[in-house]
Amino acid sequence: MIAEIGHYALVLALLLAFIQGVLPIAGVRLRDNALAGTGEPLAIAQFCFVALSFAALTACYVTSDFSVFNVFQNSHSAMPLLYKFTSVWGNHEGSMLLWVLILAFFGALVALFGGNLPAALRASVLGVQAWIAISFLLFVLLTSNPFVRLAPAPFEGRDLNPLLQDIGLALHPPFLYLGYVGFSIAFAFAVAALIEGRIDAAWARWVRPWTLAAWIFLTLGIALGSYWAYYELGWGGWWFWDPVENASFLPWLSGTALLHSAVVMEKREALKVWTILLAILTFSLSLVGTFLVRSGVLTSVHAFATDPARGVFILTILIVFIGGALALYAWRAPLLRQGGVFAPISREGALVFNNLFLTVACATVFIGTLYPLALEALTGDKISVGAPFFNATFIPLALPLLFAMPFGPLLAWKRGDLYGAAQRLIAAFAIAILVGAATAALTKGGAILAPFAIGLAVFVMAGALTDVVERAQLFRQPWPVAWRRLVGLPRSAFGTALAHFALGVTLIGIVCESYFTAERISTIRPGDTVAISGYEISFDGLVARQGPNYREVSGKLIVRRNGDVVGMLTPGKRTFPARGNSTSEAALLTRGFSQIYVSLGDPNPDGSAAMRIYHKPMVLLIWLGALLMAGGGLLSLSDRRLRVGAPKPAKKTALQPAQ
Amino acid sequence: MAMTRKQRRLILIGTGLGVLAIAALLVLTALKDSIVFFNSPTDIVEKHVKPGSRIRVGGLVQPGSIVRNNLDARFEITDGKTEIKVSYHGILPDLFREGQGVVAEGVLTDSRNFVADTVLAKHDENYMPKEVADALKKQGHWKDDYGKAPREGEARK
Repeated sequence: MIAEIGHYALVLALLLAFIQGVLPIAGVRLRDNALAGTGEPLAIAQFCFVALSFAALTACYVTSDFSVFNVFQNSHSAMPLLYKFTSVWGNHEGSMLLWVLILAFFGALVALFGGNLPAALRASVLGVQAWIAISFLLFVLLTSNPFVRLAPAPFEGRDLNPLLQDIGLALHPPFLYLGYVGFSIAFAFAVAALIEGRIDAAWARWVRPWTLAAWIFLTLGIALGSYWAYYELGWGGWWFWDPVENASFLPWLSGTALLHSAVVMEKREALKVWTILLAILTFSLSLVGTFLVRSGVLTSVHAFATDPARGVFILTILIVFIGGALALYAWRAPLLRQGGVFAPISREGALVFNNLFLTVACATVFIGTLYPLALEALTGDKISVGAPFFNATFIPLALPLLFAMPFGPLLAWKRGDLYGAAQRLIAAFAIAILVGAATAALTKGGAILAPFAIGLAVFVMAGALTDVVERAQLFRQPWPVAWRRLVGLPRSAFGTALAHFALGVTLIGIVCESYFTAERISTIRPGDTVAISGYEISFDGLVARQGPNYREVSGKLIVRRNGDVVGMLTPGKRTFPARGNSTSEAALLTRGFSQIYVSLGDPNPDGSAAMRIYHKPMVLLIWLGALLMAGGGLLSLSDRRLRVGAPKPAKKTALQPAQ
Repeated sequence: MAMTRKQRRLILIGTGLGVLAIAALLVLTALKDSIVFFNSPTDIVEKHVKPGSRIRVGGLVQPGSIVRNNLDARFEITDGKTEIKVSYHGILPDLFREGQGVVAEGVLTDSRNFVADTVLAKHDENYMPKEVADALKKQGHWKDDYGKAPREGEARK
């Protein structure tokens, strides 16, 4: 019964979406305010029905109703309650339902908080949003219905993929989807602006918080996924340049570009046409990501199932939306008026530089991700494009961007003074050189590039601090004045500085992890001791235990430093009888920002076991940086200017260029 | 010195094209040097893949061929028609076993011997890596039940 309610609720949501896709836009065309105003209640109602549907599926999982095929396939009665919740989206059908739920959620948010939007724009945005909802609701209902029944009902489920039975899964997909789908708002705004043939600074001011929110979620989602892969897959790697990872990285890169170009548009009314294009491209890349992950053209941990019908369906959605939006863009974009002019050396110029490198880097990742698919389709040759390709293309493009980053915020709008900015960065540069030299001295004989990369990261961090120092005129004004200036800075200034600083933090983590990781792979007998990076790790033996839905063999290792015990590690290997497969559970010991990482290989009959032991210095900075980046975004988002939202209508007319 | 709007636009377009050209160069070089082709053991013999080249080999682990000595493992990968001997040093993936579909990445020493530095196996005994499935189909050794209930999961390095 519950499953049927969920199914019907979803069908009703589809009907509401159809109405929402037609009435508001018709209202705008016919200049009928009542008709145009139907968008908001419809969007809210649509969200309620999708939420009901999602709740129904969740109820099926929590009560282990194995008469529902989806639950039978992906759940087990002995599974801990938390994983019964999270396995709702640990499968193809459920995760698409989550996708639709978040889409409807954002639609409802626009309806609820879009009160200060011009009525016509709001109606158009909700209309566009409804068409995205229609296509994905159809996708779920026609190809991926999670409510299909199974008769007779089996007694026990097939269990969730053990890799997914982890708290990482509880958080990674929802955050990622909040990011992916959040960009649909920017897309809907862009398309609405093109339909109206009108765009102004106020538009950027409305779009920016939505983009920023989506970007924050995407940043966290990617970081969570990366950390999850790091400790769950047992290889100690945190980024594999896997097509599926790239699928989330692509919208992140273009979304980051969009955030920056929207600033130019808001402040200077320049780059309008480009910003619109980026908004379209960013959501398009989210759709491409959904296609790559959900269609099964790639086989990876994320390809829950392969069904050609689904691939073709998503591909159709992809073509209609991307093609349609780009066609509309080609037709309508020339109507948009160009805004303020600026010199190449200026804040705008720096942001253009940022956009140029981000989008080109994004393009190289795109090519690397899709080239194998294209080549196989054209020639039948099967190739894999892995880390070496991306290291050789992405990194050279990222370096100038990182180096230029501290300069950007120090340049004035319209016309900047590069020499002046360089002078103000001398201290940051000196610190970077010192730290780089110290790294080189400490790691003598090590990788030559590492000290440079560390220096660059420090330059980025010190440069971000310089920006705040300069704005507050610390060290130049008397302390009380400087303090007042500091406190008076807008939160977005701190947000920018924090996010830029955080990128340096992540970079330090990446460099240390890549260059200074120590690795020991060996077969260890009980009583043996392995030395790694100043730690002695001794193996006490293997222990077997029974978990709720698995059996586990785990090793007991004692970690000592200079003879003192600093911790214990228990890497395990779990076997899940319901599916007959097993996973490695890596054990981690955190020391400051560094970690000791042990994963267990095959235990031998004599009690010895193969083990992979790593010492990963500063590795936590990778994710700490991502967290700080999101924190910077949050600070920006809480800025009064954005919170208060768009200017009042009276002010808005003043901001609009003459039509 | 004030620049005209046209000059500014030219600088912008010039920089853009410059960066694009550099990126294109990087991509083309990288595509030439750092992509890895997938071959079945039969492909290696038939296509005369050069020894020393870095490739991926996929197929089934030949039953009875696994020899383990601590962390050194030797086994054969077969596509039903041709076998290739693979040696690997390290920890094999969780579900590496006889008859299982695997993909090994490494360097070919000659047409029958392969030194792998990475071995990928899928996490579910019912599942077959896509490349391996295609290679087996080509050799006519595909059994329909291989493809049933494809599940997610992959052990990797």
